Amino acid sequence: MSASLEIQLIAVVVAVTCALPGVFLVLQRMSMMSDAISHAILPGIVIAFFITGNLSSPWIILGAAAGGLLTVALVEVLRKTGLLKEDAAIGIVFPALFSVGVILIAQYAGDVHLDIDAVLLGELAFAPFDRITMGGMDLGPRALLVMGVILVVNVVFISVFFKELKLISFDRALAGALGFAPALLHYVLMGLVSVTAVGAFDAVGSILVVALMVAPPASAYLLTDGLKPMIVVSVVIGAVSAVAGYWVAHWLDASIAGAMASMSGVLFLSILILAPHRGLWSVQKRRSNQALLFGRKMLVIHLYNHEGLPEAQHECRMDHLEDHLRWDHAFASRAIRSSLQNDYILQQGPHLSLTETGRKYARSSLVEL
Amino acid sequence: MDYAIDIRDLTVAYREKPVLWDVDLQVPPGVLIAIVGPNGAGKTSLIKSSLGLIKPAAGSVLIHGRPYSEQRSTVAYVPQRGSVDWDFPTNVLDVVTMGLYGRLGWFKRPGKSERIEALKSLAQVGMEEYATRQISQLSGGQQQRVFLARALVQDANVYFMDEPFQGVDATTERAIVELLQNLRKQGKTVAVVHHDLQTVPEYFDHVMLLNVRRIASGPVEEVFTEDNLRTTYGGRVAFVSALSAARKQ
Ligand SMILES: Nc1ncnc2c1ncn2[C@@H]1O[C@H](COP(=O)(O)OP(=O)(O)O)[C@@H](O)[C@H]1O
Ligand SMILES: [Mg+2]
Repeated sequence: MSASLEIQLIAVVVAVTCALPGVFLVLQRMSMMSDAISHAILPGIVIAFFITGNLSSPWIILGAAAGGLLTVALVEVLRKTGLLKEDAAIGIVFPALFSVGVILIAQYAGDVHLDIDAVLLGELAFAPFDRITMGGMDLGPRALLVMGVILVVNVVFISVFFKELKLISFDRALAGALGFAPALLHYVLMGLVSVTAVGAFDAVGSILVVALMVAPPASAYLLTDGLKPMIVVSVVIGAVSAVAGYWVAHWLDASIAGAMASMSGVLFLSILILAPHRGLWSVQKRRSNQALLFGRKMLVIHLYNHEGLPEAQHECRMDHLEDHLRWDHAFASRAIRSSLQNDYILQQGPHLSLTETGRKYARSSLVEL
Repeated sequence: MDYAIDIRDLTVAYREKPVLWDVDLQVPPGVLIAIVGPNGAGKTSLIKSSLGLIKPAAGSVLIHGRPYSEQRSTVAYVPQRGSVDWDFPTNVLDVVTMGLYGRLGWFKRPGKSERIEALKSLAQVGMEEYATRQISQLSGGQQQRVFLARALVQDANVYFMDEPFQGVDATTERAIVELLQNLRKQGKTVAVVHHDLQTVPEYFDHVMLLNVRRIASGPVEEVFTEDNLRTTYGGRVAFVSALSAARKQ
């Protein structure tokens, strides 16, 4: 496999692995937790590194997971005091733990590979050079194998506990009342977020971990109506961000991880604006259609009320509507055009009159009011 | 005597502040009981600690003579409507089916027979045509009925409902009351956090007056007195006397 293909494959696997637990973070309004955990695993990694003296041992992952769980536990402790909301508690815990990690590195490991730039951004471009071999046989890039294993763990966990995860995400109290141990499941899920973060972190850095855990699920949330479709769409958006990020980076000669993070952000923004139903544009359009519908009703009712009366000549002139109904010119024209299209009114010069359809519509609208 | 709900010396505190203090409550089976008290009186906390969701500082709760953990399958719970996220990506039928998760246990997924049961209880609350509706599109009263259907599908003996009338229009309120009274006729016990004092005598046969301590509990005609209401609601005497004037009419 070419290095370019390997990098893209790693990027896709990382994105998909992050999107899966990310769905539940977004649904439980705990997006901040991905940020917290991806930073707070640092002291775990550093301490595991001091103990083993080796950056690629499995102990590093366990140390990181322990750091992640410590974050979750501390946040929970702070929240339980009732003094702080969850997001504030997260905001206190993770900089504290992250800075412990940074201080440890600065004090004791100033010259090892653990430099802050690599920690924050990672460097995907070098991933193909760090390979795992066994008995002289090349098994593939380390990042790919590590993330592949974590991906399988995430898929298995979410499939096996799908029903339980859905319940704790939607209604934690009912989950507790039915005996589903929501606190335990929460810790397991956060443990997985930590393990995913550390695996991804090594390949792509902590900023990308946060972006990939939050942006694709948040985009999918705007596009889908069910939990399963949301998971599938998150995975697809994650993978698309990964590949698009790779090519953008290739084209601009920029950091792959940074480009992937940007692409997931760009996709999220586009979806936020363009999503059918929940996107800003369609919400705006719906509002404007409602206004127009209301405008048509007002217009036919107004014409109906003055129909056949002596003042009709004057009341039913186009220019008069703007005064009388206090509409601006543009809106009045739109309402008239739309009423003409619907066959509610006729226009003779500046005079408007109702059709039979329009009269019926006016009567039924009056009943509704 | 076998009580459906038997709460003794229950004390609950968040940090040091006690929100329930030495509360006793005995509810005989087949009773429809209102739990009333001002905001922050501890009504929700009472229900949550009965369901093992909050660990009490002291006291015990028995459901038909046994601790809740042994009675899960016979107890249904309707949380306050506002306690969940109604923008969650799921539909009405799915939410009602959650009522059956307890019976399914771990790992097992709901199937066709669960969906049929869920549809039946949706029909009981008059919402069967909303089965595939996204829950974010429901009105407050519809949300409440979905929660009710989710409790009905559990086919429990004891029901705890936290403010099931909140945000519900008059017609829906009547329909819900009728459902609750049907449950009682089937011998079930229903405890309901209720806010409208005026309708207590009409809807319920027992009442508990709660404000951190239990002020009184028992049959409505015995304990729903002006004195007890005054103790429960403290300073808001004018409101209480207006109410008792209304009741005398
Ligand atoms: N998780 C919590 N942490 C701290 N205080 C709480 C918590 N939940 C409720 N309280 C407090 O306990 C008191 C009783 O609350 P609650 O049982 O919800 O009352 P009610 O349902 O009667 O309005 C209130 O003062 C409330 O602020
Ligand atoms: Mg309450």
